[in-house]
Amino acid sequence: MKLSGKAWKFGADIDTDAIIPARYLNTSDPQELAQHCMEDADPEFAHKVSPGDVIVADRNFGCGSSREHAPIAIKAAGVSCVIAASFARIFYRNAFNMGLPILESEEAAADVVTGEQLEIDLATGIIINKSRNLSYKAQPVPPFMQELVAGGGLIPYVMKRLRD
Amino acid sequence: MRMTITEKILAAHAGLDRVVPGELIEVSVDFSLANDITAPIAIEQFRQAGAEKLYDVARVALVPDHFVPNKDIESAAQCQLLREFAAEHELPHFFEVGRMGIEHALLPEQGLVLPGDVVVGADSHTCTYGGLGAFATGVGSTDLAAVMITGRTWFRVPASIKFIFQGDLRPWVTGKDLILYTIGQIGVDGARYRAMEFTGPVIAQLSMDQRLTMANMAIEAGAKNGIIAPDECTRAFVEERAQRPYQFYQSDADAEYEQVITYNVSEIEPQVALPPSPANSQPVSSLDEIPIDQVVIGSCTNGRIEDLRLAAQLLKSRKVAPRVRCLIIPATQAIYRQAMDEGLFTIFLKAEAAISTPTCGPCLGGYMGILAAGERAVATTNRNFVGRMGHPESEVYLASPAVAAASAVLGRIASPEEL
Repeated sequence: MKLSGKAWKFGADIDTDAIIPARYLNTSDPQELAQHCMEDADPEFAHKVSPGDVIVADRNFGCGSSREHAPIAIKAAGVSCVIAASFARIFYRNAFNMGLPILESEEAAADVVTGEQLEIDLATGIIINKSRNLSYKAQPVPPFMQELVAGGGLIPYVMKRLRD
Repeated sequence: MRMTITEKILAAHAGLDRVVPGELIEVSVDFSLANDITAPIAIEQFRQAGAEKLYDVARVALVPDHFVPNKDIESAAQCQLLREFAAEHELPHFFEVGRMGIEHALLPEQGLVLPGDVVVGADSHTCTYGGLGAFATGVGSTDLAAVMITGRTWFRVPASIKFIFQGDLRPWVTGKDLILYTIGQIGVDGARYRAMEFTGPVIAQLSMDQRLTMANMAIEAGAKNGIIAPDECTRAFVEERAQRPYQFYQSDADAEYEQVITYNVSEIEPQVALPPSPANSQPVSSLDEIPIDQVVIGSCTNGRIEDLRLAAQLLKSRKVAPRVRCLIIPATQAIYRQAMDEGLFTIFLKAEAAISTPTCGPCLGGYMGILAAGERAVATTNRNFVGRMGHPESEVYLASPAVAAASAVLGRIASPEEL
């Protein structure tokens, strides 16, 4: 599975309150949540982001609450992938369960800047920075998790497997 | 054997003699929970999966506590969804307003989560129950839906970090100060994916309320779980409330730890964590004059009876500073009633503090005490992230109920010693 889009760079310890503030948690509607995605880290993000874009962050992305609204908001905002130096554990699980692919790459997190064009191959874990002709290595996403992402998350994936 | 308490509980629930850090295991779940924010998605996933029944209705609690009593029409609809689902499946542990409490104070109080359990909750502060000697951790709504259907989940066995607390507690130093200090030392990802095991003579002397406070904030260091080995204090707490059998596990003397960290608490002062990170903890005496607008005493971290008694001790015969709003939120109905019976409400009301029905409300900027741009609060809650209690330009300083109460009186961040 290959993804491509423009990078949006964030710092370390981006918490789930920054990703989707709790004041918007009186709904779980993906489109409503998307309008406030990353609002407390960058109030303009939801307006600036284009389909396919990639969030790149430093360590411990998604720390804080267990709200699944965080990966839901990111995915519904059109973000195709999150790359970070490391992820908080609940966010990591939630992202795959929601069908949002995420990759750990210290190299990419340290080097990529906002606006650069990235091309990501989940199967190999290779991230290409097309703006500067560089490439970074991340742990590949195993085949069953790629299938889970392609199917839209854990529940659709499990249902498909039950049907097959 | 050579296992930690966390490894022993996980091994027992995986049907294995031994587990080691890094191992992927499937475990049975003793109890699970969700609230009015997380349950709606879990219920949607439950239905989408085509499930018709819960694995065991007696082992799933739904606790509307975040935006209740309903703060707006959308929140009311979320609670309605929980209420209807609970009725449809005849859930015995659905807690309506008037009987509810903040989930992590309520479930231990009700004897629903017990030592030796594996508990998963769709709320990151589920790790609170580690204070009872349980393995408890937060998950997302989809993982919870799978648990509601199957009663099982998977984990990677975490490596453990052992914290040894030695020395003598200084006056006004509580479990809250110890955990803020610890997070300040190791950072917000210092225990990422790890078990934090709190041990030592100081922990052995802590009350259950304070143990729950410490385990509650393990997530703030990125931990999978926080845990305190059960002892006589634990037994005294659970034996009168346990609604099913429970088991005490202890770490082996030769258990393996990724790291062992020793703190001498004699050197630890009451702490304040400055925004925007729970790891920005500083001794209260080191801070310059920081005027405040609001104080919140409550939450799953510090809304228990002992916390309210501590606040009352300092607010007695004093008044909240004229320009400060002081909100006191007992965490459950039982705590509310006990505080009232003990006369604490009279002290709070005479001090001109406001008392609220149980709710998570202000802690996550939901309602009941939202901050305007430029406003500053001292809170006994657990997170001080940007915008956590309201406007992104407001600030939250985390502290114990003692520091919060002293600050309310003096109108600035203050040590109880200053009163």
